[in-house]
Amino acid sequence: MLDIKNLNVSVEDKLILKNLNLSLGKGQVHAIMGPNGSGKSTIAHTLAGKPNYDVNSGEVSFNGEDLLSKDPYERSLDGLFLAFQYPIELPGVTNASYLKQIVNAHRKSKNETPIDAGEFLKILKEKSKQLDIPMDMHSRFVNTGFSGGEKKKNEVLQMDLLDPSLIIMDETDSGLDVDALKSTAEAINKLRNSDRTFLIITHYLRLLEYIEPDFVHVFQNGSVIETGDKSLASKIDQEGYN
Amino acid sequence: MNKVNKDNFKQDSYKYGFVTDIENEKIQKGLNEEVIKLISMKKNEPQWMLDWRLAAFERLQNMSVPKWAKAEIEEIDFQDLYYYSSPKDFKEKPKSLDEVDPKLLETYEKLGIPLTEQKVLAGVAVDAVFDSVSVATTFKEKLNEIGVIFCPISEAIQKHPELVKKYIGSVIPVTDHFYATLNSAVFSDGSFVYIPKGVKCPMELSTYFRINASETGQFERTLIIADEDSYVSYLEGCTAPMRDENQLHAANVELVALDNAEIKYSTVQNWYPGDENGKGGIYNFVTKRGLCKGKNSKISWTQIETGSAITWKYPSCILRGDNSTGEFYSVAITNNHQQADTGTKMIHLGKNTKSKIISKGISAGKSSNTYRGLVSFHRKAENAKNFTQCDSLLVGSECKANTIPLTENNSNSSSIEHEATTSKISDEQLFYCMQRGLNAEEAQSLIVNGFCKEVLQKLPMEFAVEAQKLVSISLEGSVG
Repeated sequence: MLDIKNLNVSVEDKLILKNLNLSLGKGQVHAIMGPNGSGKSTIAHTLAGKPNYDVNSGEVSFNGEDLLSKDPYERSLDGLFLAFQYPIELPGVTNASYLKQIVNAHRKSKNETPIDAGEFLKILKEKSKQLDIPMDMHSRFVNTGFSGGEKKKNEVLQMDLLDPSLIIMDETDSGLDVDALKSTAEAINKLRNSDRTFLIITHYLRLLEYIEPDFVHVFQNGSVIETGDKSLASKIDQEGYN
Repeated sequence: MNKVNKDNFKQDSYKYGFVTDIENEKIQKGLNEEVIKLISMKKNEPQWMLDWRLAAFERLQNMSVPKWAKAEIEEIDFQDLYYYSSPKDFKEKPKSLDEVDPKLLETYEKLGIPLTEQKVLAGVAVDAVFDSVSVATTFKEKLNEIGVIFCPISEAIQKHPELVKKYIGSVIPVTDHFYATLNSAVFSDGSFVYIPKGVKCPMELSTYFRINASETGQFERTLIIADEDSYVSYLEGCTAPMRDENQLHAANVELVALDNAEIKYSTVQNWYPGDENGKGGIYNFVTKRGLCKGKNSKISWTQIETGSAITWKYPSCILRGDNSTGEFYSVAITNNHQQADTGTKMIHLGKNTKSKIISKGISAGKSSNTYRGLVSFHRKAENAKNFTQCDSLLVGSECKANTIPLTENNSNSSSIEHEATTSKISDEQLFYCMQRGLNAEEAQSLIVNGFCKEVLQKLPMEFAVEAQKLVSISLEGSVG
């Protein structure tokens, strides 16, 4: 469902991704592991269409369509979701109204009418409960003053509400203590199904102990140098990247 | 990335820029006694009103245009303006809507202010002012039944001279400053409101100001009196055609609240802002002042300022009555080459007086946006309190925001709290929202509306949604 071919990307004129090749099948969970500073987050940002990530050459097809020519919001509407390493604060915008607006943007793209306020509240209550999110979090401003755990839960909640077909997680484990990591991972596991593909970008093994990947890719110097199954992650954890 | 190319951006977002093709009748250009006498005659004014105008004109001779605003203002040739323009054959205000020129009705319809009986906004009475005259007032009779007077000020001068005489110029003295004095000499039309004792006005009162004629200044004069234990909510809206010239709008608005009375005054100002290169647009130089004359009285100003080439105004409260309250809620948005220098003055004279100021300035393009405010505690203003919050939001890197809060404190027991922030819409915020499916304009609008929600919520409900849309439209073309 996602095919990356010979992708070269530079940021501020520095070449970060060098001939990257990666292929993700429907329903699979892929993990990309790499040392700090190796540019693995660049993969996530490039796929989501962040400005200033310049694609020099290469192709990416997402569900058979050219991904790179699309605007970031179109990629989102097509089903690509990026869980941010550091979710962004939106002061003054209440979480509930934000969530409703993004849900409606997705409904509109499917020619559906905007969601009824009562119905939205019902869904929000139900999904918040599953994630152990108190409802009063939704009357606060988006991510503003949220703890690390609350921010990540809010990301998972958005995943759940938007029902994406591809979820890219950028260092989702950073800033979480063991308990928060565990509950976040559990919530993500609940979203796993045969139609949904995951790309998990991480430095450590620990997240992968909770979310078991089908494939592990070792990323170094701008491209994938080794691919294996889950055992490759354990090997790296013991032996390091060198 | 969804970029709105600035070069391609045209001012098509100003949907009120059309001109009504209607013959008009103007008094000759120029500012002199003759013109003032003609205006007064056109309006059938009694002698005392003409004398009052002429006295103001005499004072004007020794006054000069103030220069202290943080704005670049092209010199105005006051002799090269028309001071009065009305639709032709408009001798007397039509008695009923059937007599109003259909072109005028159509104009207001296009502006979203239907005046015909079948279509009027429920719960809102409208006075429609076109250039120098009021062309229609809705719900007048219905309001009359409960003693509320809502009519053009020109009519009030004739029918309720005792009230006009007593209060006009009582809040803004004739000699206040150049533009206020100019207005006193040449004012044309505006609204008059009187709410009798004990009456809570059951509908929103609203005036819609439209400048149509070219080379013409609009000098509206509004006077609102809330007698003891009364309440009124009033809203004004303003638009003008797109023209290359700068047009002058110099209004005086006076509010008087007696014991236990409350006036809520809201403005949605959307005068033509000029084009993307800063050509044309309205000079909006307005004096608005409210007097909390009685004890426990309250005056609350809410303004959404999105239009005009230059906005220069400070809706103020004089808190004379003990326990009186003044509030100022403002959203000022500038884009392209617009300039705004706006804020408020809270003058605390009475005991236990309270004031609250919430100002949200949003600047985009190459615009400049200044908050200027004064909080003053008189010696006798025991236990007076003020809270001020001024927030600025910058969109892009070529705009300017300034905050100039002044305080004068002569009371030992008073307290002032002041908070100020300046922030910028970051690319990270826009990208975050876009990653969740919002396009660039939707993302910006979400963030900006969040920034000024506190103020938008203060608007009468019928207008809050419109204002939200206006906020988004005003910033169109600034995402880059």
